[in-house]
Amino acid sequence: MNWIDIGHINDIPLRGARKLKTALGCVAVFRTDADEVFAATDSCPHKGGPLSEGIVHGQSVTCPLHNWVFDLNTGQAQGEDGSITTFPVRVENGRILIDGAQLAGRSAA
Amino acid sequence: MTKRLVIIGAGMASGRMIEQLVETDADAYDITLFNAEPRGNYNRIMLSPVLSGEKTYEEIVTHDDAFYAEHKVTCRFGEKVLRIDREMKVVEAENGHVPYDKLVFATGSNPFMIPLPGHDLEGVIAYRDLEDTERMMALGDAHRVVVIGGGLLGLEAAAGMAARGVDVTVVHIMGHLMERQLDEAAGYLLKKSLQAKDITVLTSANSKEILGENGHVRALRLDDGTELPCDLLVMAVGIRPSVALGQDSGLAVGRGIHVDDQMITSDANVLAVGECVEHDGAVFGLVAPLYDQAKVAAQTLLGQSAAFKQKTLSTKLKVTGCDLFSAGDFADGEGREDIVFRDPSRGVYKRLVIENDRLIGAVMYGDTADSNWFFGLIQSGDDISEMRETLIFGPAYQGEGAADPLSAVAALPPEAEICGCNGICKSTITTAIEGGATDLGAVKAQTKASASCGTCTGLVEQLLQVTLGDDFQMPSAQPICGCCDLTHEDVRRLIKSQELKSQEAVWQELGWKTRNGCHVCRPAVNFYLLADWPLEYQDDPQSRFVNERKHANIQKDGTFSVVPRMWGGITNPTELRAIADAAEKYDVPTVKVTGGQRIDLLGVKGEDLPFIWADLNKAGLVSGHAYSKGLRTVKTCVGTDHCRFGTQDSTGLGIKLEEVLWGSWTPHKVKLAVSGCPRNCAEATCKDVGIVCVDSGYQVGVAGAAGMDVKETERLADVPTEQEAIDLTVAFIQLYRENAKYLDRPYKWVAKVGLEWVKERVVADLEERARLIAAFELSQSIYRKDPWAEHAATKAESYQPLADLNLEAAE
Repeated sequence: MNWIDIGHINDIPLRGARKLKTALGCVAVFRTDADEVFAATDSCPHKGGPLSEGIVHGQSVTCPLHNWVFDLNTGQAQGEDGSITTFPVRVENGRILIDGAQLAGRSAA
Repeated sequence: MTKRLVIIGAGMASGRMIEQLVETDADAYDITLFNAEPRGNYNRIMLSPVLSGEKTYEEIVTHDDAFYAEHKVTCRFGEKVLRIDREMKVVEAENGHVPYDKLVFATGSNPFMIPLPGHDLEGVIAYRDLEDTERMMALGDAHRVVVIGGGLLGLEAAAGMAARGVDVTVVHIMGHLMERQLDEAAGYLLKKSLQAKDITVLTSANSKEILGENGHVRALRLDDGTELPCDLLVMAVGIRPSVALGQDSGLAVGRGIHVDDQMITSDANVLAVGECVEHDGAVFGLVAPLYDQAKVAAQTLLGQSAAFKQKTLSTKLKVTGCDLFSAGDFADGEGREDIVFRDPSRGVYKRLVIENDRLIGAVMYGDTADSNWFFGLIQSGDDISEMRETLIFGPAYQGEGAADPLSAVAALPPEAEICGCNGICKSTITTAIEGGATDLGAVKAQTKASASCGTCTGLVEQLLQVTLGDDFQMPSAQPICGCCDLTHEDVRRLIKSQELKSQEAVWQELGWKTRNGCHVCRPAVNFYLLADWPLEYQDDPQSRFVNERKHANIQKDGTFSVVPRMWGGITNPTELRAIADAAEKYDVPTVKVTGGQRIDLLGVKGEDLPFIWADLNKAGLVSGHAYSKGLRTVKTCVGTDHCRFGTQDSTGLGIKLEEVLWGSWTPHKVKLAVSGCPRNCAEATCKDVGIVCVDSGYQVGVAGAAGMDVKETERLADVPTEQEAIDLTVAFIQLYRENAKYLDRPYKWVAKVGLEWVKERVVADLEERARLIAAFELSQSIYRKDPWAEHAATKAESYQPLADLNLEAAE
């Protein structure tokens, strides 16, 4: 594990998301109404829609292009054969930390 | 000795009575038949086909001279009956007296002529007899006619003349046509199809005065001052039982001549039948009860016992190709439930009224194939609770032995495409259903069928029914989504009535099953809250689709498009220069002129948005809201500024409208246009609100469409001043904001509530109009502002990535 501080939780709107640039492309970081934080690939497996622009509801996000709905815990698309990669994140003292090793690991793969 | 029978009046009832008499006992009476018209019995209800040219008079004669001769009926046609001496039992007529043993009044009815100033002018007629019909038949395509009265008779007259090329306007005092037979929705459909036949229909129109010239009718003036020029004016506002002779003879008379169940008047030797009678408080105009009366009267005359019973009336009518049916009682009432079926694409409307598990009324328009079955249910009073769910689909759906109602859907091949938007075929859907998707929501989620435009929803539901059989219940109303059990309409109503002013209040009070809704319901609820509580509720960007959250349109590659507002489509070199500079500075790959008379910069990166906006703001350009469910554009032509045909300043009005309306949120996008003359270069007649300028003012049309559906606007009103045109537009849009379902364009909403309902509030009720305008202004005090300037100044940071790990790695 290599936790990287990527910002304060208040930098993401409640029920919203921001995008994180990485060597592998963008990662979407989500914040739910209950201050839970999730991270996942910012690209919908369907047509590449930017999930960080989607509507966040419960622990799910809806892709803004064609309304695929993803469970942010598992990355699984609801009723579709498709999923997004999720990344471990945690919040400490209001700071959002993402596992850099995981991101790097994905790059190695 | 043969008894003597005298009949006064040779209408449909008396004709039928004579038939019954002579068929049963040809020698019972020696009959004398008087008729004021110089002819015998003909089928009066067939005058309309004569008028339209489908039939000749000869074809509608029911009893000809040969019939009378054969049955030895003494005919005294064209001769007036002067008085009746009931003591002496003698009828005194112009050409001599006739004694009687039994006398029958069949004097029918007189058309009611409204005593308007000018009603006695030459060229003002009723629609009652062959003479009237011939007057109308003499007209052709150079003539204009006004018909007062939007009941069956008036509409038949109108349709018949229109078929001859006559320019016909129908003026009806009530809010919808045939209000006694049809409800508002069916009346609306009827009006629409008459308009499609080039008949002008004015409802809620009050006639004030008939204007003449040299003793001949010239025009009808309405109480709003409108003048409708005409060569002939037909009054078809109703009939009154013709009772004068009965009254003079001393018979008991109310609205009609009083009769008992045997059709006997207050004089035991005098009977009455037809439109002249009053039985148990009722008078009659339709043919079915008249025939029943004729039969009873004949039996009474023959000494048989018979009784006339009033029945539920059904009207199955055909007004020039419009199928109509109405029966029973279809007024709203406590304890009554409606089942409504609409198919807008086929122009079909059906409504059943149920009380205590019994069908008590039915109105059908466009498809009356099952009307007899429904009529039978109304008359029998059978308990319909068993088949309530499928009742509206008709007899084919009921009971054993009936044809498979869904056979058409069942017969579709597996590869048949059901959902055109998403290219989903039948087998994909049935596989999903068999795999456990047992309701519409599940099928939508798994297959995407009916998840886009929704027009195939009915088909998908039928597939569910075919596949699951009795396990599937056709839903009566669709909840917004899986998060709740309520329809959009319910939620709107409850937000208002329970004064719910936050999303949380909605989730809690209305029993949402999810934490905070989903992408379907939350944007709708966000809109409903801000529309109903503009001051109390704050718009929530996180409940908006990305376009409205970021004030730009997302493109398929994740970039955005930027469209600055060009008020009324007017721009100048400074603005164009700023747009050109911005396009170069931000490497905009595509610059396109839109259909809404402005310029679209496509392919702008999300991070650049606040900066390009700031640059455009400097030149005075603001958001064009090309991304919002709100006011998009007001398209204009150059009007009187430059055009030699322009009648008003259409550009100026367009700009004013755009300045009033911009920034407002609406249930769906709203597009306007103003054309400076009826040549309509701004294509105003297919807009949500489209104004066409004319010499006398402004024609305000609403509820047009030129997207998935194409539809011409319907006239809201004609107004003389620009301010009124603006007021009507604002009031209409506010009414739409307050009432429509989220994502219903105005044309869909108006089709649901009816244009008349809208007119009542926006046009007729000045107090309500003022309230709507004030409510809109209150909301605009919050929302009439440029979101670009605001975001560029305060939210620019949120458009950037949260962090860039590439940079950190490089450092």
